[in-house]
Amino acid sequence: MQFFRKQFPVLLAFVMGMLLFVQYFVPSKLSKGFYEGFADWLIVIAGFAAIFAIASLLHYHMGKIRKRVLGYGFSVITIVAFIQMLVLGFVFHYRPGTPAGWEYQWLFVPMQATMFATLAFFIASAAFRAFRARTWEALALLLAGLIVMIGRVPIGEFISPHLSTFSDWILNNPNMAGYRGILLGVALAQIAIAVRIIFGIERTYMGGGD
Amino acid sequence: MKNFIRLATSVVVVLTLLLCSAAFSQEADVELPDEPFAAEGDELEALEGADMVIGLEPVMEEAAPAVEVPLPTHVTVSDLPNDDGTGLVVEFEKAPGETEALTYTVSVGAGPDGPWQEIGGFPATKKWKEEARHYYPAFFLFQKGRAGMSKNFHMFVIQELGDNVPLETGVEYFVRLTASVGDVSRNYAEILSATPEEQWFDTGRTNVLIFAVLFGATILYFIARARRDPNLFIRKISGLDAVDEAIGRATEMGRPILYLNGIDTLAALPTLAALNILGRVARRVANYESSLIVPCKDPIVLTVAQEIVKAGYTDAGRPDAYNPDSIFFLTEDQFSYAAGVCGIMMRDKPAANFLMGYYAAESLILAETGADTGAIQIAGTDAVHQLPFFVTTCDYTLIGEELYAASAYLSREPLILGSLKGQDMAKVFMMVMIIVGTLLVTFGIAFIKDFFLALG
Repeated sequence: MQFFRKQFPVLLAFVMGMLLFVQYFVPSKLSKGFYEGFADWLIVIAGFAAIFAIASLLHYHMGKIRKRVLGYGFSVITIVAFIQMLVLGFVFHYRPGTPAGWEYQWLFVPMQATMFATLAFFIASAAFRAFRARTWEALALLLAGLIVMIGRVPIGEFISPHLSTFSDWILNNPNMAGYRGILLGVALAQIAIAVRIIFGIERTYMGGGD
Repeated sequence: MKNFIRLATSVVVVLTLLLCSAAFSQEADVELPDEPFAAEGDELEALEGADMVIGLEPVMEEAAPAVEVPLPTHVTVSDLPNDDGTGLVVEFEKAPGETEALTYTVSVGAGPDGPWQEIGGFPATKKWKEEARHYYPAFFLFQKGRAGMSKNFHMFVIQELGDNVPLETGVEYFVRLTASVGDVSRNYAEILSATPEEQWFDTGRTNVLIFAVLFGATILYFIARARRDPNLFIRKISGLDAVDEAIGRATEMGRPILYLNGIDTLAALPTLAALNILGRVARRVANYESSLIVPCKDPIVLTVAQEIVKAGYTDAGRPDAYNPDSIFFLTEDQFSYAAGVCGIMMRDKPAANFLMGYYAAESLILAETGADTGAIQIAGTDAVHQLPFFVTTCDYTLIGEELYAASAYLSREPLILGSLKGQDMAKVFMMVMIIVGTLLVTFGIAFIKDFFLALG
């Protein structure tokens, strides 16, 4: 039993990690079939995990309703919406024109868009906080931000034709240099964590501690 | 003095990256001149190995056309390199006097006399061999077929016979090439043939293999070294030093700690890194006897997060304090998840928010709402476009690779720290390559650049 809790997951991670590493370099049909089979397995596992997720969702919200905690009304709405969408989907299917399709198109999509639209206000408040020139770094950020913003709108061209050129230079040179530096570090770190996981050095994600 | 050295190092690194960026972009600008039309020397060598090269004399299929239709030369049909044996490739030198009106059509038949099935057509301005670089084997410092990588050669890949019927491995297929201007067409008299073959090693990824093995070996070497000498130095990461402070603050205020694993699946490395940190955070939360909330977006991440937190509480000697209801599934939709988490932030008022893993457009919505509630916020992501939002709104941000180093930093385990050392060595190697490569490219020597291009 101890073997299946401790050693087996590490062994499985090693075998699958090495097989998928080798698979990347083998273009044959066998290799392609293995990869597709692996992807299918992922879908099957995700399907089973979805059952746990639904159970978790219902359990969490039922618990809030039972205990009448702050905001339990939202939990009632969540459960009612979940059940009615499930029933409508089973009865009428999820096609455009069906009740479930109508709800998706005229309720879900606009609500999603509304949530996305709030981003504009959050950007404004975050920019206000970031652009307070308290330090030299913040001043540099403020200046760079102002040049890039003004350089990318028509009024920038009106003030000076060089503004948009300078704005592009900031984006394509100092900004790109920093961007590539971060990407390079991330790529190397990803290889390192993959090696740690494949060789069982990093095991925290398995829930077994060290 | 220390600050001066730090400042000087930063300036050198930024200048190097700037120089590199400028040199590579300049090189990219001048690399693709319009080469002279005739295929000579190297270009003809690139065609060697094809199953058949036909003569240059075309045969007219129709009556003498009123419009002159030019025909290409040096046409070959061969097995598609580095595939699973279901592809052929037609290559030919562009026809003399090619115009935009000229189109090529490729047909496949079971025998030299047909019947012919039209596979596809393309205008003479498209399907250049140089745009299909990924089909050609890349070796350590050069790319085979590189000579044919100018806009003098067309290339057309055949992978199915229409209606999604793939080519069969080991079966000989016959190919006919037709050139057309308007309604006037001309065929080659000679029909070309080739047989798709399955390959067992993708030579196009040789450089990737070399680099992966070398880098992997370096990391394993430093891990082995860390076993012998566990006193490894690791630079201070403020965001991770603040973890204890954030948990302690939450405990003092009697408020929960909110931990997010990002919006990606378990197959993504940022999610794995976030889960690794969750394990360390859960152990500390258990020690402080505080409470933890982990809303999840992915069902598999949910099950893994539950196990990790449970193990964290058990390792801390407080399995009874583990509350499975505190790690729950919220929704799989990106903005619904953001709305749900914002709701938790506003209602439960967590004293500390951890935003680890991969984030997209919802990053600012989450972080700004958290900032409004007055929580201490520690974020960590490798999503470069979201970093400015986190830096602006969070107290501490783990930038890129720091997210992956966090687990090692928090655990202080020599073996994991050893892998960081190996990673740093690889970084030094890359920096040297960038500096040397930039200098060489400046003086017109491009082999290091070719090596990295072949990696892609």
